[in-house]
Amino acid sequence: MTPALLAEVLAARAARRPVAVITDLASGQQRIVAREAAADDELAAILDKAFRFDKSGVEQTEKGEVFVTVHNPPLRLVVTGAVLIAQALIPMARAVGYDIWVVDPRGAFATGARFPDIHLHAEWPDEIIPKIGLDQRTAFIALTHDPKIDDPALDLALKSDVFYIGALGSKKTQAARLDRLRAAGFSDNQLSRINGPIGLPIGAVGAPEIAVSILAEMTRALRLG
Amino acid sequence: MQNGTLETAGQWLAEGRKLAIATVIETWGSAPQPVGSQLVVDAEGNFEGAVSGGCVEGAVITEAMDLIGQGGHKLLSFGVADETAWKVGLACGGKIRILVEAVK
Repeated sequence: MTPALLAEVLAARAARRPVAVITDLASGQQRIVAREAAADDELAAILDKAFRFDKSGVEQTEKGEVFVTVHNPPLRLVVTGAVLIAQALIPMARAVGYDIWVVDPRGAFATGARFPDIHLHAEWPDEIIPKIGLDQRTAFIALTHDPKIDDPALDLALKSDVFYIGALGSKKTQAARLDRLRAAGFSDNQLSRINGPIGLPIGAVGAPEIAVSILAEMTRALRLG
Repeated sequence: MQNGTLETAGQWLAEGRKLAIATVIETWGSAPQPVGSQLVVDAEGNFEGAVSGGCVEGAVITEAMDLIGQGGHKLLSFGVADETAWKVGLACGGKIRILVEAVK
């Protein structure tokens, strides 16, 4: 590996840009491919799988054996709503590998006692979420039921590359939410990115099971697109 | 691949140290460290990271220090079927293949 390539990989990791390094195992020659350029690469299929499943490995190609090293940024979960379902979801999401941010301007909800050991912000989403930054290794979930809090956050999520958007609420709540976002200028195509009612339909009862259904839906979006 | 070993490599390089990086590229059976695990070694034999549970690090570091002088890359295999590997002790019963490369 050349110092220049190492510097390039480290810069990508620091900036949360997913890249892969392809090493020709016979010659030792290496090249770096950004995820957004992977679809046009001669190893597109291999790279797509490697990025998606976050899996480095040896691959046989027409030009011989290569080692593909994936450098995916850590997963992040951003939640609006310091509520019961968030409390249930956090330890599960952490076990799966997420760094977690919870945003709720209601100070009585967003307390360190209720949410220890995460990034907790008792602020309005439109103030703090741009600072957190939403990218393709981030999932966003709206849990407050309150349009004043959830809608500005959904607006930011829809304008970002997040791999998952979920919004809690009944079919009726969801329909009203989509009407508001449509009025704000989003197309049906854009709004189809919102998973709502949130979670896989597994008949979940209570906050911990709803958390399971949400995490399963997030995982499906992450791995299967 | 977020173990920070590459970040250590970057720091060491910035300090002017010469180094090599070892990466687990394939595993079979009960290998202790997954594919992608890395170890960085400098010319004095200082190292950070891991490619096994301590079983083959000694041999890998020796090979890595050789490469720091001469440059290039090398593929190493360790497993119970390999007598050398048995000597260095991958006693867990797994097999691993390691890419060692000089940073040059």
